[in-house]
Amino acid sequence: MHITKRTDVKLWQSWGARIIAIILALVVNGFFIDSVTGLNPVDVYKIMWTGTFESTYNFMTTLRDVAMLLCISLALAPAFKMRFWNIGAEGQVLMGALLSAVVMIYLGGKIPSSSLFIIMFIVSCAAGALWAAIPAYFRAKWKTNETLFTLMMNYVAIDIVDVCTNTWRGSKSSMGQINAHTKAGWFPKVLGYRFTISILIVLALAIIIELYLNHSKHGYELSVLGESEDTARYAGINVQKVIVRTMLMSGAICGIAGFITVAGTDMTVSSATARGFGFTAIIVTWLAGLKTPYMFGMSFLLIFLEKGASQISSAYSSLNDYSTQVITGIILFFILGSEFFVKYKLVRRKKETAKKGGDSK
Amino acid sequence: MLMESQNEKRVPAVSMRNITKTFGSVVANDHVGLDIYRGEILALLGENGSGKTTLMNMLSGLYYPDEGQIFIDGSEVSIPNPRVALGMGIGMVHQHFKLVDVLTATENIVLGLKDKGRLDLDAAAVKIRKICTDYGFDIDPHRKIYDMSVSEKQTVEIIKVLYRGADILILDEPTAVLTPQETTRLFDIIRNMKSDGKAIIIITHKLQEVMHVSDRVAVLRKGAYIGDLVTKNTSIQEMTDMMVGHKVNLNIDRPDPVSPSPRIVVKDLTVTDKDGLVKLDHVSFTANSGEILGIAGISGSGQKELLEAIAGLQTVDSGSIEYIEDNGSHDQLIGKDPLAISNLGVSLSFVPEDRLGMGLVGNMDITDNMMLRSFRNGKTVFTDRKAPRKLAGHVVKKLGVVTPDLSTPVRKLSGGNVQKILVGREIASTPTVLLSAYAVRGLDINSAYLIYDLMNQQKEAGVSIVYVGEDLDVLLALCDRIVVLCGGSCNGILDARTTTKEEVGLRMTTKKEPASVGGSDE
Repeated sequence: MHITKRTDVKLWQSWGARIIAIILALVVNGFFIDSVTGLNPVDVYKIMWTGTFESTYNFMTTLRDVAMLLCISLALAPAFKMRFWNIGAEGQVLMGALLSAVVMIYLGGKIPSSSLFIIMFIVSCAAGALWAAIPAYFRAKWKTNETLFTLMMNYVAIDIVDVCTNTWRGSKSSMGQINAHTKAGWFPKVLGYRFTISILIVLALAIIIELYLNHSKHGYELSVLGESEDTARYAGINVQKVIVRTMLMSGAICGIAGFITVAGTDMTVSSATARGFGFTAIIVTWLAGLKTPYMFGMSFLLIFLEKGASQISSAYSSLNDYSTQVITGIILFFILGSEFFVKYKLVRRKKETAKKGGDSK
Repeated sequence: MLMESQNEKRVPAVSMRNITKTFGSVVANDHVGLDIYRGEILALLGENGSGKTTLMNMLSGLYYPDEGQIFIDGSEVSIPNPRVALGMGIGMVHQHFKLVDVLTATENIVLGLKDKGRLDLDAAAVKIRKICTDYGFDIDPHRKIYDMSVSEKQTVEIIKVLYRGADILILDEPTAVLTPQETTRLFDIIRNMKSDGKAIIIITHKLQEVMHVSDRVAVLRKGAYIGDLVTKNTSIQEMTDMMVGHKVNLNIDRPDPVSPSPRIVVKDLTVTDKDGLVKLDHVSFTANSGEILGIAGISGSGQKELLEAIAGLQTVDSGSIEYIEDNGSHDQLIGKDPLAISNLGVSLSFVPEDRLGMGLVGNMDITDNMMLRSFRNGKTVFTDRKAPRKLAGHVVKKLGVVTPDLSTPVRKLSGGNVQKILVGREIASTPTVLLSAYAVRGLDINSAYLIYDLMNQQKEAGVSIVYVGEDLDVLLALCDRIVVLCGGSCNGILDARTTTKEEVGLRMTTKKEPASVGGSDE
């Protein structure tokens, strides 16, 4: 028995493997739910499904969260393609969000709302970009370890946001929504939701990043650099410039994620604004193999599971947060496990030398 | 003949039967059968991609055959991994060494052994010394790997498999990185192992050496077993024809240079690496248009630094490198990166030694690799893949690159095909200077001759070619003049038409007095 790589996998085969994986996951989960709680697994799955699909509202909030997660994943993709391990998205998002809030607080109501949005956008981009460019510059200039550097920048950002929010809230227990009366710096409602604009912005970004990575000269440069620095220099690519430039972009898009969260979802800022998505996005980007459509799929899957899990734990007292995490964990395990069987196959060694060329796929 | 009849009665040490291995749609080995006897040196020949290394990797447990059987001393075995192979006495010395630089020879040799009890390095060193005296190796077991020459590192690799009791040895291109003198010494050792009753398989492209050292020759072509020959009854021509499948002309052309004029003038070039070691020491020479200038030297004598300095990839301590244009104006190349050099209007092509680590991007396809140096063309921010795709198709067709399609990542292609893509791209940019480092290393005879032809075509087109080579026979046959590097300094510039192999070999190893250096360049 040994493992070999599959070649030319057909579409129905790969999707067949994935569907079988989901069915297996549901079966295994069925045993788990039945043995722990005695509930009917099918009922539990129905509840899980409603987390996303019960109402338009549930579906739209799911899309909102998918957009946020996808936005950060899109930011990470160019950096990862360059083999620059940007673990600092959380902090970059927070800095973007913080600066959006600053503009809302100090300029809200004083200037026309269109200029307010433009300033919020630019300032958030700049803040995220700056937060990413600092480690990038050190890496380009002195070859510091960007993984540790970007990671630590997260904690600096969290503390800065805490300092600011603690100052702004004064003696109140929390900041509350910024500009609650004037609604300055809040996205206008489109189709009934403020975050519709957020979703549209991320959609546009997805197209831009897809083109940037695969069809632009910059994208080509960073791909070459990611493969080999020697090859990049050989090709006349300015290595330091490309590292800093790509990270400026990566940070700026994280800044946008902060901006749309403040202006479209939270209307305020706190050190929890990024919700850990800065780290989840690392998983999304990597599992999606840096491909934009897959990043959307992975983001959707993770948010769907999260929404489903919270729906289950509020519907059943016997299934608490921990049990629901086991359920979503099992589903994720099987789905990711199926990717192994899409890429590889187990071949049993034949004892006899069969004359037949190649074995059945 | 006597030997053959003996072999008939003896049981082969290794017998491979009907071995088939496919990678996706590519059949690397197609029902191959091969016998190896004890006390025999077998040369395994074949062009790039003919499946030699794949076959040997199955014997040494790196790959597992899809079909077929392997017999060791007559009994069928299954070899799932290299550890099992070593347990059966099969050891492979790979082309690329797998040693830990900061450890000593002894530590590297015992690394990975699962002996019971405490690790006794002194006892291991004693055992290593015994192996050395038995076979004629010369190595200090306590030297660190980073202090060793390439040849010494190879010695460590060979002792490593002998130490584990291997009596069936596979050597993958063992002489590719050795000087002529080192090669002779290695062959003596291999003969000692043979008389000790070991079975030895050598994979190589150097047919002179095959004639010199092997007893029998087995030939693979396109994954299929073609046949075997007794070395003393055959000739280089016969082996070549068998490998290629048709008649091949083995003469290297050397057209006379047409109106050569200075193109690159290197003066007192000095380079030290980041550890302060002098890599190039006041090297001066002139490369002319319409001429092939050879660079000879033991590997690591400064060839890499020299080419990279000209290409703008190496920081230089002092000296000057001037490019002289057709109209006579001079451009200083030192201090400029490759982009700045190309912005000067200097069309400089460079085939670096490290093909996949510098010249090409392994994970990109042929089309994307074609645009590595030209992706800036066009005014938009987007890349244009039309011209590169056309070029890719052209190179594949003209140079006979074996590839499933243009979108195959180049790292999946065999060494010769990778090199054809690299050379094809560099020549396509109509250069005025072509720098090449070990352009035919690891290439089969057909591909190598194709590269020589391409070099000659470029030469006749007036290109100034700097050809760093390791095979002295080829350097003497192809080049017009030869710069001999010895320990980073220029140890003479010789006329390739009149000098001898011995003269070049001597200058590679022994520094001449400054007074006698100069030769025909002055």
